[in-house]
Amino acid sequence: MSAVFIHGLGAVSPAGWGVAALLGALEKNQPLPVETLTRPGWEKKLSVRSVPPPLSRLDFLSHPRLRRAGTLSQHTLAAALEALGTDAAPVQAGALRLGVIVCTMAGSVAYSRRFYEEVLQEPATASPLIFPETVFNAPASHLAAYLNSPAINATLVGDEGAFLQGLAMAAGWLDEDRADGCVVVGAEELDWIIADAVRLFRRSAVYTGGAGALYMKKQSSARTVLSAVTDSFSFTKSQNRTTAARKVRGQLGEGRADELLCDSETDRSVWLDWPGRRLSPKTIVGDSFAALSAWQCVIACDEIRKQHCSCASVSVVGSNQQAIGARFVSPESSDL
Amino acid sequence: MVITGAGIITALGRGWKTNAAGFRAGTTAFRPVTLFDVSRQRAKIAAEIDLPADLPATRLSGNKLRRLNRAARMLLLAAHEAWEQSGWRPEEPLPMVLGTTSGEMSLGQDYLRQALHTPGDFKRQATRVAYYQVQSPALILCDAFDFQGPLTIISNACASGANAIGHAFETVRSGRAPRVLTGGYDALCQLTFAGFDSLQALAPTPCRPFDAQRNGLTLGEGAAVLTLETLAGAKKRDAEILGEIIGYGAATDTHHLTQPHPEGRAALAAMNAACAGAGLAPEQVDYVNAHGTATPQNDATESAAINRWAGARARHLPVSSTKAGIGHLLGAAGAAEAVVCLMALRGQWLPPASSLTTPDPACQFQLVRQPVDAKVDIALSNSFGFGGANASLVFRRWL
Repeated sequence: MSAVFIHGLGAVSPAGWGVAALLGALEKNQPLPVETLTRPGWEKKLSVRSVPPPLSRLDFLSHPRLRRAGTLSQHTLAAALEALGTDAAPVQAGALRLGVIVCTMAGSVAYSRRFYEEVLQEPATASPLIFPETVFNAPASHLAAYLNSPAINATLVGDEGAFLQGLAMAAGWLDEDRADGCVVVGAEELDWIIADAVRLFRRSAVYTGGAGALYMKKQSSARTVLSAVTDSFSFTKSQNRTTAARKVRGQLGEGRADELLCDSETDRSVWLDWPGRRLSPKTIVGDSFAALSAWQCVIACDEIRKQHCSCASVSVVGSNQQAIGARFVSPESSDL
Repeated sequence: MVITGAGIITALGRGWKTNAAGFRAGTTAFRPVTLFDVSRQRAKIAAEIDLPADLPATRLSGNKLRRLNRAARMLLLAAHEAWEQSGWRPEEPLPMVLGTTSGEMSLGQDYLRQALHTPGDFKRQATRVAYYQVQSPALILCDAFDFQGPLTIISNACASGANAIGHAFETVRSGRAPRVLTGGYDALCQLTFAGFDSLQALAPTPCRPFDAQRNGLTLGEGAAVLTLETLAGAKKRDAEILGEIIGYGAATDTHHLTQPHPEGRAALAAMNAACAGAGLAPEQVDYVNAHGTATPQNDATESAAINRWAGARARHLPVSSTKAGIGHLLGAAGAAEAVVCLMALRGQWLPPASSLTTPDPACQFQLVRQPVDAKVDIALSNSFGFGGANASLVFRRWL
């Protein structure tokens, strides 16, 4: 993989709308407050963290495409537009070919639940306005439509590792000259149905929604470079989670004293001897599949951008599919 | 880039031979839906698969075999056929790139139904959550045949299968992997059926792509899988080569979430990009397997795009939509239609759409309506999806 610059970062999280809010929460190093969510017909409450309302009305909601768009699409657009910054304008003007990759595990669960509830009640009158929003690639489509971007566009579905697969795919598109820049978004939304499902596997999990985005370019004056994405090691009968995580460690290397590790709080045994600093945003913000792995990358890049470290590794050991890692460095790094 | 294995299961049957015979003859495979209640829907037919009771020998435990649902079974059958044909061995890492729109959604439906109707009953709910996710059938496939490679799932609505093959093609072409197993799968489910019905996109009668009287699409289900590899790798094993993939183009239609731009700009861009990548002009294409869903808007848009793309060639360009026989396979459509293109290239025939009665006069091209032998060296396949995902693939006959 050729090195690619990380030109911009974006985030929506239970800490608020914007990268600054996410970083602020991390700096305080205190888990964000937990709320409860009602599951219909069940007396126990689900522990969750919701994304607070934006401080001001989101401008993009006035776009005709986004009037009915659900939370997942709103998170996707907000994070992507923050990452794109001033480059959104040349994309909209047709002067910059933007590849769009949106990664998710649960997709638009709120609309899917709502639509299927309507089907169960009366299939003949289920809403044609909701159904299209249930499709996995609706957020990617809305983002491309908002930016008026006809270039290549993909939605990757998988566990937390899908976001890092998206970074590798974007690097490939840039190498193949399919796009001048690529925005990769990891996004999820909160709904009782998904919080309930997560609870079945991890009793202590605090589920949340949100999104993280990285905007990638081949040429940039940015302070962060994606130098590598490891292979994705699938969890199979003959390769369990720990084995897969060890293989990621093997490809990322031993680490250095000045190297940050941004991990996902899983299979920590593999990283016990990590020589540098470690950050685990999950302990602060909660569980959020592809959004969580995106936040890990956003945080790693920001640490390099602020020159708190010269390189950072991200380890993702997903819920049920894969272990995968990525390494970010400063442009001056001898590792490039 | 060559294809050394192809597997397919559709409502026409299981395997290359059965499907090739069906596509060549223009057989249709629609029937009343039996998998779920459609009594209150406008449309009541689909191309359902009669899944065989037997599966190839796998490494799956009895417990896992019992939990296999429709999508996983279809994927397993198609992948096994492609894998056997390729002669590949599982020792080496095997990247997989698959397309789907909903994975094992019927289990997701069961989960929600139970959560709503009996909220305190959690029996089997964890299993449903684990198995409904789109990556689940692919992970089962890994366990079934001891595949170890990374798994990428692309969900670009109805273009998912074509985008998956396109990404696999780029992965091998760029040298990121010497071989990739790729394709698509989707099983019928109530949510999707009711969704298309709510949009009034489903036809009450079997679909008639590019017919002036067309009245909507008919859903189908299935899986199709290809094994892609470098020519050098195939030659080293002395593998039988089924055909080449030589071009992939993708573009995004930003017009509307479910409706294509009337001029088919993104479709045109995808076809142009695929041909440019292949180093071909439209005059060199011998057959187009159209997306051809049979909705009034899709076919009008695609006709406009093909007319513009082909130019003077359009008058003699054979085009058909094999959805006329097997319905719309959604995330598997692009993969199944890629296999149809390979069949046409191998067999030197064109797959007809026998349901076509009155060709839409907007089609300036030759709609294939009868079984016919033909010289086919280059075939192009179109796939367009909700959200504006447009993809075209170009295949070449291997001589």
